[in-house]
Amino acid sequence: MESVVEVKGLFTRFGSTMVHQGIDLSVERGEILSLVGGSGSGKTTLLRQMLGLETPCRGEVRVLGENLHGRNPAVLQRLRNRWGVLFQEGALFSALTVFDNVALPLRELRTLDEDIIRDLVLMKLEMVGIGARHARKVPAKLSGGMVKRVALARALALEPELLFLDEPTAGLDPDRSESFVKLIEELRRELSLTVVMVTHDLDTLVALSSRIAVLFDGKLVVLGTLREVVRSRHPFIVNFFLGERGRRALETVWNTLGIGDTSAAPAPTGSA
Amino acid sequence: MSAAISPGAAPDLRETSTLDGTPCVELTGAWNLRSLGPRLPQLTQRLAACRGITHWDLRTVSALDHAGAILLWRAWGRHHMDELELRPEHAALFAHMGGLARGGHRPRSRDWRVPVRRVGSSMLALLAHLVAAVGLLGRVAIDAAGLARRPRRIPWLEISANIYHTGAQALGITALVGFLVGVVLSYLSAQQLKQFGADIYIINLLGVSVIRELGPVLAAVLIAGRSGSAITAQLGVMRVTEELDAMTVMGIPHATRLVLPKMVALSISLPLIVLWTDAVAILGGMVAAHAELGLPLRFFLARLPDAVPIANLWLGLGKSVVFGILIALVACHFGLRIEPNTESLGQGTTASVVAAITVVIIVDAVFAVMFSDVGSFG
Repeated sequence: MESVVEVKGLFTRFGSTMVHQGIDLSVERGEILSLVGGSGSGKTTLLRQMLGLETPCRGEVRVLGENLHGRNPAVLQRLRNRWGVLFQEGALFSALTVFDNVALPLRELRTLDEDIIRDLVLMKLEMVGIGARHARKVPAKLSGGMVKRVALARALALEPELLFLDEPTAGLDPDRSESFVKLIEELRRELSLTVVMVTHDLDTLVALSSRIAVLFDGKLVVLGTLREVVRSRHPFIVNFFLGERGRRALETVWNTLGIGDTSAAPAPTGSA
Repeated sequence: MSAAISPGAAPDLRETSTLDGTPCVELTGAWNLRSLGPRLPQLTQRLAACRGITHWDLRTVSALDHAGAILLWRAWGRHHMDELELRPEHAALFAHMGGLARGGHRPRSRDWRVPVRRVGSSMLALLAHLVAAVGLLGRVAIDAAGLARRPRRIPWLEISANIYHTGAQALGITALVGFLVGVVLSYLSAQQLKQFGADIYIINLLGVSVIRELGPVLAAVLIAGRSGSAITAQLGVMRVTEELDAMTVMGIPHATRLVLPKMVALSISLPLIVLWTDAVAILGGMVAAHAELGLPLRFFLARLPDAVPIANLWLGLGKSVVFGILIALVACHFGLRIEPNTESLGQGTTASVVAAITVVIIVDAVFAVMFSDVGSFG
């Protein structure tokens, strides 16, 4: 397996607080890696460093084989056409219509003619379940779930190999959240994407992740499959996954995890 | 690196024939967005040349994505090819094409009625603005009447803050502009008056024009640009950040808390600014007259009350009260209509300033006609 994202010996400091203290991490092609951690554990900062929006004070971040924080701006520019990013609030351009939002990255390439752009945009919108009748609307007229879908279509516009998701299901109701998770999984399979995701939502985490990286106190506590993570017994993980909410989310996959400990077994449904 | 990551070989196609002799198009290389981009016009032409052929072989492409799939789909006349051979992992790419054939997102057609409609709709928009502005004025008037009965609810703090922002902070710029206009006006008039030996009338000319017209209009235009845009942008951002909605649900009416204080504040600060601008402009005129005609400053000041009837000053100040109220009304009206997006914020602010200045000049013309026989020389 080759690494799509590689983080080596990463140290980050904001003022006098150390955000990251020596993080090593790699994302393999085709997997969905979730970054998990309490608030302030630096997972969003790590994501922003993978996007080249922030520079670490020590260490190296390589994305698709290129050093992100090297001195060459052309490298970063080339990379930026090979990944897509879904921001937490969607970050759609409020002055542009849905259609123009998705068309913008394609128009910026300056190699495609308007007819092909039109077809590509409408197809991307259809892929995420937005009908052509919504194409003329401005983002302010869309519901939260639709904003996320349009933002996903925009992230996929340039046919990326790598997709970054920042809290993909935050602010969606459970129903929409579930269908959005399904959509991401479908698209990942169809487009053979590699996904790096930051999330708080346990259901999303359990449903999507092939591996999970747990950050705590600026260090990578554990990196592995859900089963490995749950077994590691770090206090943060026990609190996060084996608390009441965690158990409920894990219920469906519990048997496959193979944890024999009865004290950590999920309460049977229906009992108080 | 696998073929999917590397840009791969250049996309290419060639016409061959299958074993049983039917013509066939075989595609090779990477048919993805990154490799297609620069070669697009050439490939489109070559694909168009293969139009009649129904047998396509895509098994040898190293990469295929939606951009490549759409290019092929368009070359096939927007329907599925009967004899299409492709790799199983590429089959899904053509699954979303069905929706595209129907279209549904056509560019709007050109029509001779469009310009007529545009004129009509802009007239209707103007009418809608007038109606809404009058509505806002009415609501503020009702609120003001309500406040008059309960004076403890008058938002003194907001009024005083607004007087400071629109008045005290504008003293510098109005003084500069007023002084320079006074100098220029006096200098140009002096040259003409000198030819007729009517030097002394510079006092009448300057006094009346500055106090009656130039001072109020100049100050109002400056304040409309300065404070009007600030008010509109402030209310617009409050719309974008949902602060206006938050006020509504707390039961705080916009008219009382936002619009009324600004109108009251501007109706107080603008006359004061006008008085200040008048004084500085006349000072500028005096200095220029002294330099050009040798008119003593003391003589200028002594003659001024006789040359300019005091009614002109009252007229100028009265006008400026109306200007102040109108500038605040127009700015608030546009500010409250801004929609929650960045484009609308910019357009609304521009429209607000243009409308405020236009309204000031129109109302000034109305005043000029209404009060044509006030303050003239006996």
